[in-house]
Amino acid sequence: MAKTLFEKVWESHVAADLGEDVTLLYIDRHLIHEVTSPQAFEGLRLTGRTVRRPELTFATMDHNVPTDDRFNIKDPVSKAQIAALQRNCDEFGVTLYNLDSEHQGIVHVIGPDLGITLPGMTIVCGDSHTSTHGAFGTLAFGIGTSEVEHVMATQTLRQTKPKTFKVSFDGTLGPGVTAKDMILKLIGEIGTAGGTGHVLEYTGDAIAKLSMEERMTICNMSIEAGARAGMIAPDETTFDYITRESRPFAPKGAALEAAIADWKQLPADPGAVYDRSISINIDELEPQITWGTSPGMVTNVSGLVPNPGDVPGYNASDVEMALDYMGLTPGTPMTDIKVDTVFIGSCTNGRLDDLRRAANVLKNHKVAAGVRLMVVPGSEDVRRQAEAEGLDDVFKAAGGEWRFAGCSMCLAMNPDQLAPEERAASTSNRNFEGRQGKGGRTHLVGPEMAAAAAVAGHFVDIRTWA
Amino acid sequence: MQAFTEVRGRIAPLDRANVDTDAIIPKQFLKSIKRTGFEEGLFFDWRLKADGRRDPDFTLNKPRFQGAKLLVARNNFGCGSSREHAVWAVIQGGFTVVIAPWRQEGDATVPAFADIFKNNSSKNGLLTIELSEPDVESIFQAIENHDGLEAAVDLESQTLTVLTPEEMSFTFDIDPAIKKNMLSGLDDIGLTLAHESSISTFEAEHNAQVTWT
Ligand code: SF4
Repeated sequence: MAKTLFEKVWESHVAADLGEDVTLLYIDRHLIHEVTSPQAFEGLRLTGRTVRRPELTFATMDHNVPTDDRFNIKDPVSKAQIAALQRNCDEFGVTLYNLDSEHQGIVHVIGPDLGITLPGMTIVCGDSHTSTHGAFGTLAFGIGTSEVEHVMATQTLRQTKPKTFKVSFDGTLGPGVTAKDMILKLIGEIGTAGGTGHVLEYTGDAIAKLSMEERMTICNMSIEAGARAGMIAPDETTFDYITRESRPFAPKGAALEAAIADWKQLPADPGAVYDRSISINIDELEPQITWGTSPGMVTNVSGLVPNPGDVPGYNASDVEMALDYMGLTPGTPMTDIKVDTVFIGSCTNGRLDDLRRAANVLKNHKVAAGVRLMVVPGSEDVRRQAEAEGLDDVFKAAGGEWRFAGCSMCLAMNPDQLAPEERAASTSNRNFEGRQGKGGRTHLVGPEMAAAAAVAGHFVDIRTWA
Repeated sequence: MQAFTEVRGRIAPLDRANVDTDAIIPKQFLKSIKRTGFEEGLFFDWRLKADGRRDPDFTLNKPRFQGAKLLVARNNFGCGSSREHAVWAVIQGGFTVVIAPWRQEGDATVPAFADIFKNNSSKNGLLTIELSEPDVESIFQAIENHDGLEAAVDLESQTLTVLTPEEMSFTFDIDPAIKKNMLSGLDDIGLTLAHESSISTFEAEHNAQVTWT
């Protein structure tokens, strides 16, 4: 029978069928960070269990890390959490990219960067944006701390099989329109719960044309559509990415050839059947900006802040609450909205390619008076590469801050936070109330749009940028 | 995890859709390396005003909803991050049951709870009950009309009874595996380790097949 990409990866990882629709799914790679792991390690300790396959487990510190002076963590609770991860990894024999490591960075940036993420695998992490790794044709999804402990102890997870959802993107992106706009558009169409219970499989000629970095941006935000995971079939772009740079954990030589031969079997068979499907043509797609407190509250750059009754999929009262929180009036053109802070970074748009795009817009420009621009590379590797290309000089010359790697203002768990009512253009993935700081107001956009907003002091249509 | 027995207690409303895990427990509470004390962070930014005082207008701060064991909200509850701290906070805040409606959008039925939240709940003994939108609406109405309203859940028979004078009764669907685990309170890891030989057999075959890692 014709199979989907997801079905192929799923079926090759079924360790046991436990009945009542529960499958014991084997996990190839387990990624760990400091926030969702301490209670899991503690659970192992209390029950006298060990990490079954420490060599398949990789840890990094990202959420709490200050991005200015990383060795001077002022918050004692953050410091204790970082120290706990170090202690736990030492005790249980897990590879850790700590603050001293040249490879430290956001867990979803370093996995692909180091070749830990490879096609056809199952990858989990106590982090919802694990969906990012699906860009490689990997079944990758976020789990809770109880499940982190379960994977540590058993290298498996108890899972019910998700449904399949084919998302076809066809057409050609116009100049200045990006992968971020594609995924925001999809979330706007199907809603933030539209993918719940499903694994999205992105296909179509528009996906085939995207770089790996762009594919990661799309898969990253699958969770914002409520999906369990997002996947893209591996192709020459994928193989080239894996081969191109030195990726310590990727296969080489004959092993790589064998791997590629295996990976070529992964794409969905012709005639494979999906539980649901949707097609989106992107020929006319505009840059997208969110105006509310849910990633599905999104509109075109040429659009207006909507009236509460006019937003499909949302109750008027929820829209009213969102607009009130955001301090926005219906009918305001999106490009009239002024920004105080611009954040470029995160596991959605903090890769080298994203930073290059932002730098391209910022070159020979200055950040508008009163606007703060923060650029935070996704990993220390990304930081060094960006500096080697002189991107840091572009950001600094424009008046921006160039930081060390970490999650930073994506979730504001470290000191990088918005003040109440401060308004940000952010390349991250969530515009929830308080996400970037209590009372902070977040508009999600792609890197080019964010950079342009920094220069203009308000949103601009990047398609008209000189 | 504690076995889920019958629950009876006050029911409180949270009239919002898409209640995300950042709202359930903001990030500053995720720095703890313990498994307890998360009630302090539950709905923190809604419970307290910017100046740190209790917001008397926030529903769950109202005297009539103190000590509630059941919470009813709108669809897509628990969306956002995978933080299990959100489930710990709800439980440590005194709740054993959260009720939310599924939603029909076109031909698609959109579940009431976000996947990871629902999954995390099942591992901690927090029961997530999914009902239709009209049913949930009628519960919101009943709470509005009856001070100190209580409700009861019998997981075995999969019924929720809202204890208005005329009693409103709802049956709900639940994944049989989740039901069994919640009723028994058994530890997942222990259950899985009983299949250790299957895991080892699979692992050996898998390693032989995937030669390139
Ligand atoms: S960058 Fe943001 S979304 Fe990504 S892992 Fe860090 S906190 Fe989560």
